[in-house]
Amino acid sequence: MPVLAPIGRAFLALLAVAGRLALFAAAGIGHAVRPPYYPRLVGKQMLEIGYFSLPVVGLTALFTGMVLALQSHSGFARFNAESAVATVVVLSITRELGPVMAGLMVAGRVGAAIAAEIGTMRVTEQIDALTTLSTNPFKYLVAPRLIAGLVTLPVLVLLADIVGVFGGYLVGIYRLEFNPANYLKLTWQYLETLDVVSGLVKAAAFGFIVTLMGCYHGFNSRGGAQGVGVATTNAVVSSSVLILGANYFITAAFFGT
Amino acid sequence: MAPVPKIRLGGVKKRFGDKVVLDGVDLEVAPGESVIIIGGSGTGKSVTLKCILGLLEPDAGRIEIDGEDVTKLAGRERERVNAKIGMLFQGAALFDSLPVWENVAFGLIEGKGADRKSAKAEALKALAQVGLTADVGEMWPADLSGGMRKRVGLARAVCARPEILFFDEPTTGLDPIMGDVINELIVKTVHEMGATALTITHDMASARKIGHRIAMLYQGRIVWAGPVADIDRSGNAFVDQFIHGRAEGPIKMAVRA
Repeated sequence: MPVLAPIGRAFLALLAVAGRLALFAAAGIGHAVRPPYYPRLVGKQMLEIGYFSLPVVGLTALFTGMVLALQSHSGFARFNAESAVATVVVLSITRELGPVMAGLMVAGRVGAAIAAEIGTMRVTEQIDALTTLSTNPFKYLVAPRLIAGLVTLPVLVLLADIVGVFGGYLVGIYRLEFNPANYLKLTWQYLETLDVVSGLVKAAAFGFIVTLMGCYHGFNSRGGAQGVGVATTNAVVSSSVLILGANYFITAAFFGT
Repeated sequence: MAPVPKIRLGGVKKRFGDKVVLDGVDLEVAPGESVIIIGGSGTGKSVTLKCILGLLEPDAGRIEIDGEDVTKLAGRERERVNAKIGMLFQGAALFDSLPVWENVAFGLIEGKGADRKSAKAEALKALAQVGLTADVGEMWPADLSGGMRKRVGLARAVCARPEILFFDEPTTGLDPIMGDVINELIVKTVHEMGATALTITHDMASARKIGHRIAMLYQGRIVWAGPVADIDRSGNAFVDQFIHGRAEGPIKMAVRA
């Protein structure tokens, strides 16, 4: 049927991309665990991904926590459950909004930068030059970024959790007039270790996704400046979609019962 | 017994989709010889080099370096073979994220595990060899002119004292005087090192100056090969048209009106 053929072709193309991505990820992981290692490059990438993302992730978490407190207060007021605000803020931030918002912000900031840098290296033959200088580009470019993404995002998200909860606290105390000691008590009362740990596991997965997609699209960019632009866009869009998809599956694995 | 060729290509074929780029390339380069591959744009000169370097895998044929079949080498084995080769890329392909001296010393530090101090001393020597002072070593690639980039690229290619040197369009984009300076440097460094050189170019002045032998590539095959001195009396219509830059002749350029 002529209607089904394009659908089939698109599906096969999708499978081919998934296969290429899986092979790329496997090669990246393989090179990350085998020597030689590049600790200097890992450190540099950790600074790039973690330290320089702190302002944007911190601000996002702060305002998210503040808005969450306002929204949940106005919603819960309808059935006299205002006292749940602190609990809702801390659970939402640690389980969901901390890792997802940080992941998306890092995808926009870091994923794009990685794709643009590696893409430019591809189109200006710098990646070929690495090979001619007896240096494996996967080991030198991909592995340090994957390791840095995997390690740094959980730290970033832990800080985002603290800042986000603090944002909710500020609104709770100064605008909604909660008692500070009571707000803090409610924040801790129903918080479990698993809430934080699940968020950190998500963060590690999102860090891997963002760096992987940045490297993959940069590595496969073609055709000069326009190709690098396309690679950058694809890196941000695909890592954002994958973050949201992975978020569901990790949530289901932890809390799906 | 004739010496083993440093580089030997036998029946090398490569196609991209429907487009046949190399259609059975046969070429031998003797140790210490400087061979030039000439040919118009899109005739497969760069693809030939990339096949020898292992950046592309030929569809058929055999490539030997020092008598060893390197056609399908990968990983550490390929790195071992590439350690014999230095390459000057068309756009120099300098790493933007590293200062000039680290670009030059890259093969020593990352490829051969040399310590940074001794590698820097070697890099500064290589820069001096191409007429650049130590202060250029502290600059960044973005601060260099086109001619300086080519010189730094040449210094990087020769720094690790490779046995084989590849030059990809060494004078493209340079003014005639700077082009000749680069040609002189290539002749001098290749002679001093006793290296085997393979150059691809469409600049006949460059070909005549740096080559012992010239091979002409057309439609994926070597259509003529011989000593530089014979190029003007090759009796080959393709060569005559190319070296005189005539629009009329057996070479048909794909030009749309």
